[in-house]
Amino acid sequence: MSFDVMIVGVGGQGTILTSNIIGEACVLEGIPVRGAETHGMAQRGGSVESQIRIGQEYGPLIVPGTADLLLSFDLMEAVRAFHWLKKGGKIFTSKDFITPTSVFSQDFPAPDESMLLGMLGLDYVALDTLCIAEQAGSTLTQNVVLLGAASPSLPLSGDSLREAIRKTVPQKTIDMNLKAFEMGREAGSSQISAP
Amino acid sequence: MAVHYLLGNEAIAHGCREAAVDVACGYPGTPSSEVIDSLRMVPDRAYAAEWSVNEKVAFEEALAASWCGLRSICTMKHVGLNVAADPLMTSAYTGTKGGFVILSADDPYAHSSQNEQDSRCYARFARIPCLDPSTLQEAHDMVRDAFSLSEEFSLPVLFRPTTRICHSKSDVTLGDIRVSDRTALFEKDPRQYVVIPAHTRILHKKLNQKQQNLKKRLVEAGYNRFEIKGKTAVVCGGVAASYVREVIGKDVSLAIIGAYPIDEEWLGSFVRQHERVLVVEELAPVIEDIVLQVQGQARIFGKNSGHVPYEGELSPERVATYLTAAGIPASVHYEKPSEPAALPPRSPILCAGCMHRTTMYALKKVFRDGIFPSDIGCYTLGLQLGVVDTTICMGASITIASGMSLAGEKRDIVCTIGDSTFLHTGIQGLMNAVYNGANITVVILDNRITAMTGHQPNPTTGQTATGVQVPAVSLEAVCRACGATFVETADPNDLVTVTALLKEAKSRPGVKVIIARRACVISERRAKVVRVRFAVNHDLCIGCKACVKFGCPAIELHNGLALITDLCSGCGVCAQICPVGAIGREVKE
Ligand code: SF4
Ligand code: SF4
Repeated sequence: MSFDVMIVGVGGQGTILTSNIIGEACVLEGIPVRGAETHGMAQRGGSVESQIRIGQEYGPLIVPGTADLLLSFDLMEAVRAFHWLKKGGKIFTSKDFITPTSVFSQDFPAPDESMLLGMLGLDYVALDTLCIAEQAGSTLTQNVVLLGAASPSLPLSGDSLREAIRKTVPQKTIDMNLKAFEMGREAGSSQISAP
Repeated sequence: MAVHYLLGNEAIAHGCREAAVDVACGYPGTPSSEVIDSLRMVPDRAYAAEWSVNEKVAFEEALAASWCGLRSICTMKHVGLNVAADPLMTSAYTGTKGGFVILSADDPYAHSSQNEQDSRCYARFARIPCLDPSTLQEAHDMVRDAFSLSEEFSLPVLFRPTTRICHSKSDVTLGDIRVSDRTALFEKDPRQYVVIPAHTRILHKKLNQKQQNLKKRLVEAGYNRFEIKGKTAVVCGGVAASYVREVIGKDVSLAIIGAYPIDEEWLGSFVRQHERVLVVEELAPVIEDIVLQVQGQARIFGKNSGHVPYEGELSPERVATYLTAAGIPASVHYEKPSEPAALPPRSPILCAGCMHRTTMYALKKVFRDGIFPSDIGCYTLGLQLGVVDTTICMGASITIASGMSLAGEKRDIVCTIGDSTFLHTGIQGLMNAVYNGANITVVILDNRITAMTGHQPNPTTGQTATGVQVPAVSLEAVCRACGATFVETADPNDLVTVTALLKEAKSRPGVKVIIARRACVISERRAKVVRVRFAVNHDLCIGCKACVKFGCPAIELHNGLALITDLCSGCGVCAQICPVGAIGREVKE
């Protein structure tokens, strides 16, 4: 059995970088790993997902309703991907979301933040990743903030993840990303202990 | 030997380098593009890498390299193989010299494609070997070894990864990169390379004679293998084999097909030892056809029996249901998951500031009653804007337009085609339209890059795949050389000019060409071009939604008034659309 993580967001938010960090950490620990990604047209502002299966030797696809953890860079995408999660699976999400253009151009009814949170059940960690990433040095580190928050729930050591970040992100941004990771880790654990 | 976490296409590119490939060409197409993209980015490469103008060109160049004794690969997506099908069929006759691999990436479920055709059928049609990996490690190893297989049989080898191989990731064990010591030398031999009837009849016979040995060899090489465990069995191939291995019961026999043609005798010896056999493969029943030929007393479950679909992609949970339906034990049982929440859809959309949106906006305004054949590229997303009425294959915008004109359709016919697609297979259509007197307007959406597949350079870019600066092709000169007399170029972000040009084209007979030229916003961003953002002055905005309907993803509507978000790339078009002048450059306080 593998530990299956669904990473979701909107095209361009860095789901692929995040799954690369997890994959690299698996290689460092000598654990087999499989991942599947969205490429091509959907990346133009559409919903995107990266599936990553820690400890898996066979295929890259997660079975809906069995994912152990959901990592989402957009609150609405977290709700959209909720059915991938098994009962009792963990959710770490940004509390922000981008309203899809269909809401404006086709008058789709738009849910607000509290409605979306309500659809995630009771057991989730929703972080102000934008604010934390800004403090870490750049809004571009939001994905690493969220990864940091989720990291204690992954079957990988914090040190392998830190080493994987060093190997994966651009040279100049290593320190900033490591800071974002620690800040996320802290923010995540404080949310879990005091809901 | 080192273990890396890689994208399938990166692992494939590495496999080519371990085989000391000499020449790699291709035309971009999802999911195949990252193979050449990885190869061309290598500094100090010892091989040639090229983006060709279409798949037929790429195929023939790689074939020529093979005839010169070099190892070569050409890459394309499955539908690209249709374009290259002409040389494919006859190269099986002429055979090869240096190892020659054709990578044709299939796309079950059409994640990013216009159809779900199965390249294995082409291999069967051409009578050449086909390798079909089930994991990334296998994809890497197979492509590395495909060159010597090609040399052994003097045949092109079709390598067929699917989307879930190309765009999956895994830990992959890599070998050492080798550098070629071959030099190109073409040895003349008309009986092999000139396919006049007298030669080709003999070559065809030789091709057929190779088949038996080939089948045996693929079993010997371990590509096709089985393990017998009980009275029920699964026969599977491609990435579906990895789903089968994940969910199959432990006492069920398993045969995995990784290469074609299949040795019927060998497969029969497996199938006939079982009572029930499930065949699991994506798309066409290529394995199943052979299983049915050799089934003996075994009962076969698969596509013919209605248990496995002919279309779409498979997954572990689907395979588990097929096992249950066939009465074969699975190792897992999945509950039906809850329904996905009903949310506003988030479909792919043209980027904020994309020049296609502006051009298409102007088209819609000028040709209210027009018919809009279109083509394949980011601009196919113009479907949402109501100016894409047809797409069928690369280059077919101009020919569908001229065909409608020939058929006598009376409305204005206005087709759109991108720069790369025009060079791929659009030029012939334009030449034909002028020659035969069509009445159409051709709008070339020229953003100087092959954008949708990941921003590969093309002859309009002024740069080769490996970054060498070259003169950009002149689309104006090409169009005029095709005989078009009305050829005008405009920046689509200048709505007034582009609208005037379209009106002018509308008023004239014959073939009118308008080249809408502006760099792709993503290329601009990568080149670090920064433009001031635009903002809505809420004292002026009357909430008419004119800008919102334009469809730029940076424009939202809040409390009845328009608002521009930080997605804005500063193209300034919405400011030209707003009827009350409420939109202007953002002023920082
Ligand atoms: S200027 Fe207007 S149309 Fe252009 S990108 Fe910005 S918001 Fe969109
Ligand atoms: S077009 Fe102008 S007035 Fe109309 S909603 Fe947009 S900003 Fe407001």
